[in-house]
Amino acid sequence: MSDLINIISGVLIISGALAIIVGLIGVFRMPDFFTRLHAASIVDTMGTMLILFGMMLYSGFNIVSVKLLLILIFILVTTPTAAHALAKSALHGGLKPMLDKDEKE
Amino acid sequence: MLDRNKFYHIASLFISLAILWLLLSGHYTPLLLSLGLLSIILVTLIALRMNLIAFEQPETFIQFIKYIPYGFWLLIEILKSNIDVCKRILNPNLPISPRWITIKSSQFSEFGKIIYANSITLTPGTISMDVDENRIEVHALSEVGVEGLATGDMDKRISEVEQKYV
Repeated sequence: MSDLINIISGVLIISGALAIIVGLIGVFRMPDFFTRLHAASIVDTMGTMLILFGMMLYSGFNIVSVKLLLILIFILVTTPTAAHALAKSALHGGLKPMLDKDEKE
Repeated sequence: MLDRNKFYHIASLFISLAILWLLLSGHYTPLLLSLGLLSIILVTLIALRMNLIAFEQPETFIQFIKYIPYGFWLLIEILKSNIDVCKRILNPNLPISPRWITIKSSQFSEFGKIIYANSITLTPGTISMDVDENRIEVHALSEVGVEGLATGDMDKRISEVEQKYV
């Protein structure tokens, strides 16, 4: 039983690491600033979520897993705020997003 | 001097700080517990003196508990859009078509608007760029994100949760 849990948590941690790698590839491949932010949000959500869930499963139900859950909640609250601040300041600084079809003006 | 509303706000701050301290500490000897109580009282007094407690808004601690079922729905949405964006990144042709759209937000409280804008940003493929009184400007990576937001499903769900115990 504990072997099974160890294997599942290992799979979760490895897939989280893969998600971070995909996000990094996206940051390099995307053409402009705003599309790069989209790629970076994969690292923030899928990468951290899978790795922290895997570590929670590995540690079992004790005070460590509760602390990991708190880390996850704080990350999920703070990273969209940071991304919003980045996008808004880039827009304020005069950076125009590259658009496929102009639906705004 | 100390009315009901103020008392509830101070009590909810105190209780949430106490829960946080108990979860993070893990040591339950009398000395450390009394030091923890002292630091919680100190933080509450400093927050009162700096006017950090928003008395005119509903209590934040209860607000967070209200949004827990919505959080589980949001997790599934995040997973779905993550897979979509991952596929686009790994595709050699890079099939993206960035859009800039303006959507309406029907929430009446500031807290609901914060939750809505943060949920949009948290979902990969869409980023909220500017938040106004009742509209949010969104940058989307592809038409999939635009279609997801245009149905107004997320907006409706947050408004429903918002009106629950008001």
